Amino acid sequence: MSVAAMPSRPVRKRLLEANPSVAWFLAILALFCLGVTALAEATGTGALSTSMIKTLGKTLCLCLVALAMDVVWGYQGILSLGHMAFFGLGGYAIGMWLMYARTEIIVAESLAEAAIPPTPAEIEDAIATQIFGVVGSDQFPAIWAFADSLVLQLAMVVAVPGLLALVFGWLAFRSRVTGVYLSILTQAMTLALSLYLFQNDSGLRGNNGLSGLQNLPGLDAVDQATVSIAFFYASAAALAAGYLLFAWVTSGKMGSVIRAIRDDEARVRFLGYHVESYKLFVFTLTAVVAGIAGALYYPQAGIINPAELAPIASIYLAVWVAIGGRGRLYGAVIGAAFVSLLSSWFTGGGAPDVDLGVYTIRWTDWWLVLLGVSFVLTTLYAPKGLGGLIDVIEARRARRRVGDYGPDKGALRREEGPPQ
Amino acid sequence: MTTLLEVSGVSVTFDGFRAIDNLSIQIGEPELRAVIGPNGAGKTTFMDIVTGKTRPDTGRVTWGERSISLLGLSESAIAREGIGRKFQKPTVFEAQSVRDNLAMSLRNDRAPWKVLVWRETEADAARIAEVAEEIGLTAHLARPAGELSHGQKQWLEIGMLLAQEPRLLLVDEPAAGMTPAEREHTTDLLKRIAATRAVVVVEHDMEFVRRLGCKVTVLHEGSVLAEGSIDHVTADRQVIDVYLGR
Ligand SMILES: Nc1ncnc2c1ncn2[C@@H]1O[C@H](COP(=O)(O)OP(=O)(O)O)[C@@H](O)[C@H]1O
Ligand SMILES: [Mg+2]
Repeated sequence: MSVAAMPSRPVRKRLLEANPSVAWFLAILALFCLGVTALAEATGTGALSTSMIKTLGKTLCLCLVALAMDVVWGYQGILSLGHMAFFGLGGYAIGMWLMYARTEIIVAESLAEAAIPPTPAEIEDAIATQIFGVVGSDQFPAIWAFADSLVLQLAMVVAVPGLLALVFGWLAFRSRVTGVYLSILTQAMTLALSLYLFQNDSGLRGNNGLSGLQNLPGLDAVDQATVSIAFFYASAAALAAGYLLFAWVTSGKMGSVIRAIRDDEARVRFLGYHVESYKLFVFTLTAVVAGIAGALYYPQAGIINPAELAPIASIYLAVWVAIGGRGRLYGAVIGAAFVSLLSSWFTGGGAPDVDLGVYTIRWTDWWLVLLGVSFVLTTLYAPKGLGGLIDVIEARRARRRVGDYGPDKGALRREEGPPQ
Repeated sequence: MTTLLEVSGVSVTFDGFRAIDNLSIQIGEPELRAVIGPNGAGKTTFMDIVTGKTRPDTGRVTWGERSISLLGLSESAIAREGIGRKFQKPTVFEAQSVRDNLAMSLRNDRAPWKVLVWRETEADAARIAEVAEEIGLTAHLARPAGELSHGQKQWLEIGMLLAQEPRLLLVDEPAAGMTPAEREHTTDLLKRIAATRAVVVVEHDMEFVRRLGCKVTVLHEGSVLAEGSIDHVTADRQVIDVYLGR
């Protein structure tokens, strides 16, 4: 209608054309949200418990970080085994504000009864003692300087993972570290970060981590049923936005160049593209999205501790994407949702034990073995993962539509003559 | 004809083996130059040095009116300076369509943020159509490059080179795996391009080189053995001994 609306239309159209999965994905996600709304305690019949809503909301966040993983691995070809570090950092960044602001309210309430009004310094000390008492400190570490500001901590959600990825990526890509060496380097990064956070003097409460994150400061009157559905919606919105963002990045010429780098980076250099800049862009962008996913995840989980940044977490992430099917965005979402939900079912004791007479298979112990075997089998026999099933369905539909009359590949080959 | 590329006194050693030995070559603009020599003479390594893939131990490589040194530049920066390269083994992006392969090579801004918001203009579309016509792949634009025949991949790679509009084209054994008709078309095309640009062609096939009708440089053990017209070099005693007389 308006002139301003004109140029954006073809872009949107092309995005949908190049990536038909976008419309499908958004439709399915919307349906899922409607279903959950109808069944949630706060908005519907209450058939789904609050903890179930939280599990679903957390799963959406895991889908978002899996999308990021798919872009950096499946499209850009960097097998990063450190993206859960960025996820964890996003969680810590928002957790600092949640913990600070809530403790501040509690401290203010308890000091209000004192005869002499407390000075700001006294309030500050009381908050510090509350938060850092468990690690034997009553001082705020320097990294908590902005913890009283929601806006600044939200900026940290983006800035901390972004900066770490930028510096790490710059050092690694500049020296042209690739392949398995790069993967090991990313593992070393997340391991180092996790070990550092485990220390009591890391400034983030050592192995206690940050807790009570499900309680939103100043919103004590709002029950968890409402909070959980709000976070569920926020997670769904973030996942939708992430899907659109990555569909845009991986389509068009950018998608072309990054897939070309994945397949033959030396050749792309001779076309004049500065390969390292592209890798750095994708690595940093996906790290930022991982951070945002983490910032939505941990308030629903309620607690974050350094174990969340352990190397194994990032390996699981790669396993989800591999099982779901890398190199296609919906594959990552399917993999993360399917495997993480299945995982909590098995490890949560949901799966019945199998009595073999001589031995009882307890899934809480054997689930990891099952996951490992599935991973190996997928990698060997179904490299397209669960997402590959969509290809099978599409191929069947296409066959039914076209019949046997169209030219097959052999017919096309016969037409290839010498260029005229 | 002014000098566009000057390689002087360049040497490269791989694990003690001297692949390029005090090599000096000048290429003018416009010029068509054929480089011949037996296997292992250092022809591909010469291209590796010019395009920044291999750093020489000694010597200078200068480029353009201002004689800037290419030795400090990265591969991508050298390509952006206007040096395009076709590899001996055709390397196209097989998973992507012919059209995407060409679009990626077009002479547009290569910075990530520019590429992110890039949208094909009419000029771009016209250029892709023109190149596709030139390389005879108009009917195959939508096909994945991996489905093309060997000869067609060679053509696509030449097309990607054309789309870049470089000032200097380095073409490594373009006619390998081509039919006689395709070879003839290749010589015509190279000659046409060389009317306005510098083109260096490495080729084994003497007939092919003869048809190019240009100055020939014979490489042997990493340095220039002879240089001149095809008749001049084929009459050269040393050339006959090491190369033609085998
Ligand atoms: N990266 C490398 N490492 C070791 N030796 C190399 C390398 N590149 C080329 N060579 C050697 O240098 C010599 C010249 O090779 P090349 O330039 O490919 O010859 P050609 O004239 O056949 O293209 C050969 O003996 C080759 O084995
Ligand atoms: Mg060679």
